Amino acid sequence: MAKKKQPAEGAHGGVAVEDAPAVAAASDAATDAAVERPAPVAAAVGAEGAEGDDAELNHAMLRSMLLQRRFEERCAEAYAIGKIGGFCHLYIGQEAVSTGSMSVLRPDDYVITTYRDHGQALARGISARGVMAELFGREGGVSGGKGGSMHLFDAATNFLGGHGIVGGHVPIGAGVGFAIKYRGGDQVCVCFMGESVVNTGAFHEALNMAGLWKLPCVFVIENNRYGMGTALERASAIHDIYERGAAYNMPRGQCDGQDVFAVRRAMGEAVERARREQCPTLLEVRTYRFMGHSMSDAVSGTYRSKAELDEYLKRDPIALLRAHMQGRGQIDDAGVQAMDDAVKAEVQDAWDFADASPEPGPEALYRDVLADTTS
Amino acid sequence: MPVITYRDALNQALREEMQRDDRVFLMGEEVAVYNGAYKVSKGLLAEFGEMRVVDTPITELGFAGIGVGAAMVGLRPIIEFMTWNFALLAIDQVVNAAAKMLYMSGGQFKMPMVFRGPNGAALQLSAQHSQAWESWLAHIPGLKVVTPGTPADAKGLLKSAIRDDNPVCFLEGEMLYNTKGEVPDDPDLTIPLGKAELKREGDHATIVTHGKMALVAVQVADQLAKEGIRVDVVDLRTVRPMDTEAVYASVRKTNRCVVLEEGWELCGVGAQVVDYVQRECFDHLDAPVLRVHQADVPMPYAKQIEKLAKPDAAKTIAAVKQVLYLDP
Repeated sequence: MAKKKQPAEGAHGGVAVEDAPAVAAASDAATDAAVERPAPVAAAVGAEGAEGDDAELNHAMLRSMLLQRRFEERCAEAYAIGKIGGFCHLYIGQEAVSTGSMSVLRPDDYVITTYRDHGQALARGISARGVMAELFGREGGVSGGKGGSMHLFDAATNFLGGHGIVGGHVPIGAGVGFAIKYRGGDQVCVCFMGESVVNTGAFHEALNMAGLWKLPCVFVIENNRYGMGTALERASAIHDIYERGAAYNMPRGQCDGQDVFAVRRAMGEAVERARREQCPTLLEVRTYRFMGHSMSDAVSGTYRSKAELDEYLKRDPIALLRAHMQGRGQIDDAGVQAMDDAVKAEVQDAWDFADASPEPGPEALYRDVLADTTS
Repeated sequence: MPVITYRDALNQALREEMQRDDRVFLMGEEVAVYNGAYKVSKGLLAEFGEMRVVDTPITELGFAGIGVGAAMVGLRPIIEFMTWNFALLAIDQVVNAAAKMLYMSGGQFKMPMVFRGPNGAALQLSAQHSQAWESWLAHIPGLKVVTPGTPADAKGLLKSAIRDDNPVCFLEGEMLYNTKGEVPDDPDLTIPLGKAELKREGDHATIVTHGKMALVAVQVADQLAKEGIRVDVVDLRTVRPMDTEAVYASVRKTNRCVVLEEGWELCGVGAQVVDYVQRECFDHLDAPVLRVHQADVPMPYAKQIEKLAKPDAAKTIAAVKQVLYLDP
């Protein structure tokens, strides 16, 4: 199989866009050149951009990404000893997407995602305790132990779930955008999905309505190149899948998902466009999962080679941000070590909390099947 | 009391509830400019505007999901399927999303929404447009399934469905839209979900039914009364949750039971009623419980065999006489 071209390397891995002129805010009139030569969502600002210099922000982002990484490393351990059951899909390698995206959102914005949801939940600010307890199937979990790994929900942070049917949550995300518009609000709904979603009817139906009705949504495709074990090139008739946005008259583009600054810039623009202009965006973020599809899937050897994996591992999003910060004197080795120690302690605390939290009792079995309220 | 059609009763319910609560909106194919494929939403666009009466593309899965998302964040969508046959394209949203959201979120996200539209066979619409879906939907915990048979029930139950904080599948009878009946015009009058109604009273046998077949059951009761046979007609009105107590009370009185439904036999609503009755009324039964339902075939187009496929008054009368051990 032909190896997919790597994102162009910029100062931070850069923004992988074709000679990026303006942002693709322009709508697609039939004559719009964007159809032939898609304009990027992210402006091609370099590492000199203001974000690169914001040490406080970078610390927060590095910590967020590191928390996801250390948390999920412990998930793998917990799964191996049976503390986590069922399906468990790790996000390791994709942390720049969640952290970069969440960093541009307001607390009253909405987030909805797929079953690979641990990273986004943590990046959105849900406690590690609440997430770990949910994975352990305990009362103290964010969903009371009823949802598990694939169904993290948190009303307090407008985190609208982890959804388990590929494509099923995309119309729901559009519906949240509809509700925002209905109320005349200026929130935004960010809907994450894997690249395999673009081949579902649900994706097409949702994006058509979002484009038709100008719903304040950002549809983020986390293109980690494989829908389970099927490479994008074996599943989609076009390979630059953000181009599908053309069918919905929707601004669109792609960016490097290993570079948290690139994600931040692209998302920042898309979110502002949704907030100010009530215009949806289709953003393809090119990333890679460093683990298998789920816990039962080998990291490499079947549908992808060790050599390919090794190539991508060179662009670990956490290492890239760390190198950037160290290069600018924003953090030193001791600082990284201290952060890592703190994160590990937080994860251990989450583990201990989850372990101590009781399993839902029999009285929970029939609770919340139906609400007993009316308007 | 005013006498109006089933269609107008539904229209009144929609209008009154949209006036009462501005979180309620109606979305579906042809609901706005066209005034509804069956004219149930006539006049609503003019009164409430295009943000609250929303024409969609032909995209059932998509707009059902729009409804789910809007309900998650506090609106109260009414999602109209032009017919329930088309809802199969959207069933992932009904079953996997709406029905389960409250439970799998640990009680955090309610789903105050209604999926509604015509259900069941009309006349010569053949296989893809002549199906009764209530047994499918009633199988799913987390849903309520409502099947009004009269104009008054249509109005009162739809109002309750809209006010309910759960996802309600509201199955209207395609052949009922033009039927007429007395309907209260009090905007505060609702009919609780999960409550059956005794539509005819008698002590010889019980007919348990719901939806369009309630009408048939009433005709059967009236016809049998001329022969001196008095039957209870228990109209479930809501299939899930089911008012089993009403069924038991009637069967314990009459000791004989026929279950009449529009759908197919296997795993039908009637199968569940029979199960409940044998468990709870075993000592009261003087005859096996019989069922009347659609023939186990896709609905044919040709008139004569279409009639053969459908449950009707004659088949129901035969079943009642059989449980009474009378000659047909």
